[in-house]
Amino acid sequence: MPGLDALPFPLPTVQQVIFILIAGMTVTGALITALAPNLFHNALGLVLAFFGVAGVYVLLEAEFLAVSQVLIYVGAIATLITFAIMLTRGMMFGRTSSTNRLMLSTAIISALFFLVLTGLLVNVAWPEIGAELAGSEQMIADLGEMFVTTYLVPFELMALLLLAALAGAILLARD
Amino acid sequence: MVPLNWYLVLAAFIFSCGLYAALARRNAIAALMGIELMLNAVNINLVAFWRYGEFVERLEGQVFALFVIAVAAAEVAVGLALIISVYRSRRTVNLDELDLLQG
Amino acid sequence: MAIDYLPLLIVLIVAALFAAIALVVPALLGPHRANKQKLEPYESGIIPFSDARRRFPVKFYLVAMLFILFDIEVIFLYPWAGVLRDLRDNYSIWLALAPMGFFLFVLIVGLLYEWKKGALDWK
Repeated sequence: MPGLDALPFPLPTVQQVIFILIAGMTVTGALITALAPNLFHNALGLVLAFFGVAGVYVLLEAEFLAVSQVLIYVGAIATLITFAIMLTRGMMFGRTSSTNRLMLSTAIISALFFLVLTGLLVNVAWPEIGAELAGSEQMIADLGEMFVTTYLVPFELMALLLLAALAGAILLARD
Repeated sequence: MVPLNWYLVLAAFIFSCGLYAALARRNAIAALMGIELMLNAVNINLVAFWRYGEFVERLEGQVFALFVIAVAAAEVAVGLALIISVYRSRRTVNLDELDLLQG
Repeated sequence: MAIDYLPLLIVLIVAALFAAIALVVPALLGPHRANKQKLEPYESGIIPFSDARRRFPVKFYLVAMLFILFDIEVIFLYPWAGVLRDLRDNYSIWLALAPMGFFLFVLIVGLLYEWKKGALDWK
C-alpha cells in the first residue's frame, strides 16, 4: 500500500496490536473499579481488569502465571469479593456519595503520580527485546523445582500463612 | 515485541487507579479492591522485568509474583472477614464512620 | 510463544461481540409494550413475596474461603507434580515428597479445623 511508509510512527506489529487491545480492556476494568459508584459494577470491573492482567502475562510468555491469575484472582478472589458485597449491602445503597472528603486531593495525587511515573518511564532506554525462552514445559518444571529447593522456606511459610488466614477468617466471619 | 515501557506505563496506570480507589472510596470493600489492583500492577512489573531482564532462565520474577498472588488471596480472605465482622457489629462498612480508635 | 494464544483471543472477542449483539439487537428491534405483570420479577409464576436484594447467609463466604485455600494448593501442586520424577532422580525421593507433604499437611489441618468448627454443616 502506498502512503503507509509516510506515517510519522512505525506500524504496530501483531503483538503490539494485541497488547493495545488487552491494555484497553485492563484500563477499562481498572477505571470501572476505581470510579463507578455502584459497588457491584466495581466488582465486575475488577474481574475485567484481572482478565486483562492474565492476558498481559500471556503476552509476557508467563503462561503458568496467567493460569494462576485466572484461577485464583478471577475464580476465587472475585467470587469472595462478590459474596462479601452481598453479605454487607443493604442500607449502603444510593444514600450517600461513594467517595469521602479526600476524593479531590486523592484524584490529583493519583493523576500526578501516574503522569510523573510515565514521564520517567518513557525517558529511560529500556531493553526492547527479551531473551529467547526455554519453552513453557521447561519453565513450569523449573518453577516446581524452585519451590522445593531454593524457595522451600517461603513455600512452607505460605502454607502456614494460608492456615492462619483460614482460621482467622472463620473466627471473624462465623455467626 | 512490545517495548518494556508499554507494560510499565500500563502497570503505573493500574496502580494509580488502585491508589485512588484505596484512598478515596467510602466503602471498605471498594478500598480493598483498590489494594488488589495495586498488587496486580506490582505483579505486572515483576513479570515484565523478568521477561526483559538479563537472566531470563532464572524465574525469580515469576516465583515472586506467585507468592504475591497467594499472599493477596490470604489478605483478601481476612480483610473481607474483618469487614463482614465490622458490618455485623456496627451495621456499616463506611470507612468514615469506623472511628472508634480516633482520639 | 504468545502468538499461539491468538485463537483464544479470537474466541474471547467473538464471545464478547456475540454477547453485545444479543443484548443490543433485541433492545433495538423488539417491541416494548410493558405492563405491570410483565415487569414483575419472574419467580416461576409465584408472586414475589420479598426483595431479592437481601443479605446472604455467611455460609457462602466460608465455603468460598475453603475454595481459595484449595485453589492455591492446586496452583502450587501443579508445577511440583510435573517435576516430581526429576527431583527423585536428581536428589532423593524424600526431597521430592517431604516439602509437598508438609505443605499438604498444613492445609489439611486447615480443612479439619473448618470442619470441626462446623463451617461445613449447611443448616
